[in-house]
Amino acid sequence: MEPFSGTSLTDHALVSGEVLLSFWQPKALYRWDAGVAISAFLDGLKAGKLLATRCPECRRTLAPPRVFCELCFRPIGDWVELPGAGTINTYSVSYVNWDATRRRTPEVPVVVELDGASPGIGILHLMGEVGTTLEEITGKLRIGAPVQPVWKPAAEREGAITDIRYFRLAEG
Amino acid sequence: MLERAAIIGIGYTPLRPVSPEVSFRELIFEAAVKAYADAGIEPGQVSTFVSVTEDYVEGTAIADEYVPDQLGAVLKPVHTITTDGITGIASLVMQLATEQLDIGVIEGHSKASNIVHPAHIEALALDPIYARPLAFHPRYVAGLEMRAFLEATGNTEEQAALVAAVNRRSALRNPLAAYPANLTAADALASAPVAEPLKRGDIAQPADGAIVLVLARESRLPQLAPKCGRPVFIDGIGWTQDTPNIEERDLSRAVYAEKAAQMAYRRAGITNPTAQLDFAEVDDTFSYKELQHLESLGLARSGESGRLLAEGRFSPGGALPVNPSGGHLGCGYAYDMSGLRSVLEAALQLRGQAGERQLDGVRRGLAQSWRGLPTATGAVAVLSRQ
Ligand SMILES: [Zn+2]
Repeated sequence: MEPFSGTSLTDHALVSGEVLLSFWQPKALYRWDAGVAISAFLDGLKAGKLLATRCPECRRTLAPPRVFCELCFRPIGDWVELPGAGTINTYSVSYVNWDATRRRTPEVPVVVELDGASPGIGILHLMGEVGTTLEEITGKLRIGAPVQPVWKPAAEREGAITDIRYFRLAEG
Repeated sequence: MLERAAIIGIGYTPLRPVSPEVSFRELIFEAAVKAYADAGIEPGQVSTFVSVTEDYVEGTAIADEYVPDQLGAVLKPVHTITTDGITGIASLVMQLATEQLDIGVIEGHSKASNIVHPAHIEALALDPIYARPLAFHPRYVAGLEMRAFLEATGNTEEQAALVAAVNRRSALRNPLAAYPANLTAADALASAPVAEPLKRGDIAQPADGAIVLVLARESRLPQLAPKCGRPVFIDGIGWTQDTPNIEERDLSRAVYAEKAAQMAYRRAGITNPTAQLDFAEVDDTFSYKELQHLESLGLARSGESGRLLAEGRFSPGGALPVNPSGGHLGCGYAYDMSGLRSVLEAALQLRGQAGERQLDGVRRGLAQSWRGLPTATGAVAVLSRQ
């Protein structure tokens, strides 16, 4: 094979300062306005409630809620409180940390279709109380299994999606 | 000859320094609903959508993901372009000129108030290896350009300050404006220095808002928009981008605006802009930019824009009214929506819907955009009502 022209960079060259390294920490901070729909949703979470809106046209019940229907393009003013329980739409078993190292104990992200919301409407969250090994987790979980939220105590809730600590399999 | 596109629907929210009551989605939805109602169409009739936005301004990577819902564009062809609003319109005009698509929509919005450290976002636009490590506040680029421009042309700091005063005062008659003020040039001159000769009073302040425009092919107007009685035609449009090397640009001129204007004028058949244009909305993100842009657009000779401004030529009652809306200094700087805001004013003026600030008998006008610091990127559109 023909050798490539030029000089290869080595890790040593980077670490030792042999080549110029430019470092800049972006100060990219934002305070997003949650707006009408998501503010009410977050207030609901703080009160231990899951709120949704219902489109008067297509009758879909939407969570997280929105004040317009993206399909019918009509404003929405009807709010409903959902019971909080739901079913597993899909889940994964994640073994990767942010720095790409392996997790000893996996995390289980899940899409929960909320009871009372329309089919296919749901929220992203995580599963808890499902064990620590792949065999254990996949043995317990299945798509369509009923789940229920485990809320933080009222005093710890702050109006965030993490006010639900996790979902766990419903009893019985 | 390419078929022209016409603006058949306009929707907008007022510009505001902050807008905590609504999300960007809800802000855009308001503008979109108004635009479709104004055009007398349903979003389902739209064939193609263009959105102008920039990830670092949104605070979201791949911000184009968030475009469709509030425009009624779910599962429709959508182009999200990292550019200013008038260049976005150019993209839409080209799509319509293929004659494969009938109705197109352009959307721009700003949630400038959501950016905690705007100067730090601006700094990220500078070259990371040889410009950024010097760690100046990025506004210095405007200071360099303003000094070079004034020195080369003989326009003065006082005349630049007058731009700020005139535009803030014009905004008093514009209910959409975020920063109307009864200011004098002396007030702007006395404001705190930022990057001398640039002062705080020379700088347009950030604003939130959303604008949606509906465009259609001219030949299909009777079928597509039977209820649209006042189409505004895009006679010509042009856009260019200069080198990113600030050191190598001719800072005494806005070459990007000259070239964009040439392109737009050629298409619109304009050979004598001061005689053929009835008014202009030009970028005044910084006060001196209005003067620089006027000279680059051929609306004033080099070195004469400041004097003509002081003589009232560009006032609402003058021979060539400029920025009757109050410009960005009066309305607010809205990132990539800013150019759409200039087009919006031109369209309102041509429709005779500009309220208290309506200019008499205007038939053809110009809207011009600049993509802001540290760019030398801009676009020009010539609009008419015939
Ligand atoms: Zn619906």
